[in-house]
Amino acid sequence: MITIDVAKRLENRENTMLLDVTLQIEEGSFVAVAGESGSGKTTLLRMLAGLERGEGSIKVGSEVWQSERFFLPVQKRSVGFVFQSYALFDNMTVEQNLLYVNKDKKLAKHLLEITGLKSMEKRYPNSLSGGQKQRVALCRAFMRRPKLLLLDEPLSALDPQMRLKLQQDIMRLHREFGTTSIMVSHDPSEIYRLASRVFILKEGRVVQEGTPKEVLLKMQGSQKFSFEGEVLDIFKADVIYIAVVAIGQQIVEVVLGSLEAQRLHVGQKVAVSTKAFAPLIRPLD
Amino acid sequence: MMAENFDFTPFILSFKLASVTAVLLFVVALPIAWWLSQSRSKMKPVFEALSALPIVLPPSVLGFYILVVFSQSSPVGAFLDEHFHIRFVFSFWGLVVASMLYSFPFMLQPLQSGFESLKREMIEASYISGKGKVTTLFRVALPNIKPSLLTALVVTFAHTIGEFGVVLMVGGSIPGETKVASVAIYEMVEVMDYKNAHIYSAIMIGISFAVLLGVYIFNHRYKRRIGAFGS
Repeated sequence: MITIDVAKRLENRENTMLLDVTLQIEEGSFVAVAGESGSGKTTLLRMLAGLERGEGSIKVGSEVWQSERFFLPVQKRSVGFVFQSYALFDNMTVEQNLLYVNKDKKLAKHLLEITGLKSMEKRYPNSLSGGQKQRVALCRAFMRRPKLLLLDEPLSALDPQMRLKLQQDIMRLHREFGTTSIMVSHDPSEIYRLASRVFILKEGRVVQEGTPKEVLLKMQGSQKFSFEGEVLDIFKADVIYIAVVAIGQQIVEVVLGSLEAQRLHVGQKVAVSTKAFAPLIRPLD
Repeated sequence: MMAENFDFTPFILSFKLASVTAVLLFVVALPIAWWLSQSRSKMKPVFEALSALPIVLPPSVLGFYILVVFSQSSPVGAFLDEHFHIRFVFSFWGLVVASMLYSFPFMLQPLQSGFESLKREMIEASYISGKGKVTTLFRVALPNIKPSLLTALVVTFAHTIGEFGVVLMVGGSIPGETKVASVAIYEMVEVMDYKNAHIYSAIMIGISFAVLLGVYIFNHRYKRRIGAFGS
């Protein structure tokens, strides 16, 4: 069991906030931390890694990483960290980036093979795409065979296809190494796919926790389908009105009555939902 | 049109002084620059202001205090002379100490701003890889600031070559020991030997320009190479 009970006062230009989090995480599990920006998610990860000091205690299995009088330095913690910005060593090749952590050539080769980077091992980070860089960073994080893998929005800068590939790589390595993984993410589908538990942070506190199904589906209320989007256009077609709404990467048309058309305006944030109908499902490939 | 009995000794001395100063100063300034770049200490501005003093102080102020501290009549000077037989005043090694103080900010500042320009996550990734501050400095930080490193070394070198006031005060003008090129030119002008003064000055301009040109070319190429790919 990983027991986290930490507190830290966070200050930015506008206000101060107390990050005060108590978490129990089962070893070997994959958990997600979600919440608005500025809710303290990144600080929490940095405190776990030992990059930032705060009050309270952190226990990983039988090891104490932090207590009232003790602070295990970052170098001594069995942690892998994947940053949103990759943070690769630009002066080293892909292979050297991995071997810097640990001279285990066999492990490096294995990791690069799993993630499909074997042919890139002699390349420098500046010649790689974002997705490739993040895969290198992921491999590097596993070179220490970490007990705890911390992922700080690792995929938010990548396109959807690359995300899917990385999600598979993360899951595969997580299982193979038996790591406990904690990922900060904003993407509900990503959380649903990877995590077995999710914690929602708000203003420095855990306001919700549970399985992704419980937490993510509960947010939608009683509707069967509900999507948030933005009105791009409203126009009249014969006797009805049609609104063009952007939902995620998709554009949809919604039929409006004249009253509804008067209440809405272009640029407005809207929820497109429906209650009683039976959706049909068909495979796309 | 080489003048008769043209003496290269002052140039050789200038280059020797500049090389020794650049190398020793690098060793001294590197850990300080690294510490300043990583520190969030409240004392940091105090250290930064102290280290930048030689930029604003007249060289004569610096020279005066070096003379006061290292003269045989001062406790420090007497101690060094008695126990180590080292006399800094009017000697080559005195010039080295003076140049190191005088050029300190020119070594420190490019290194420090180079380290500060590195992404914090890259340094943290090294710590998370289990590496300490020293390993991180030599294997991650320093190799990623090559242009700053070159600038620091070359500017220190060039600044020492171009130094005059401190050298004259601390070293005087002993041929072959402390009479560097800038001092030699000053003396030639004093005795109205304009011909040799011209030759010396022209050589100084040529060398300085070539050195600076080399630095700028390297930095442009480096930037182009690093920026060529990117994501």
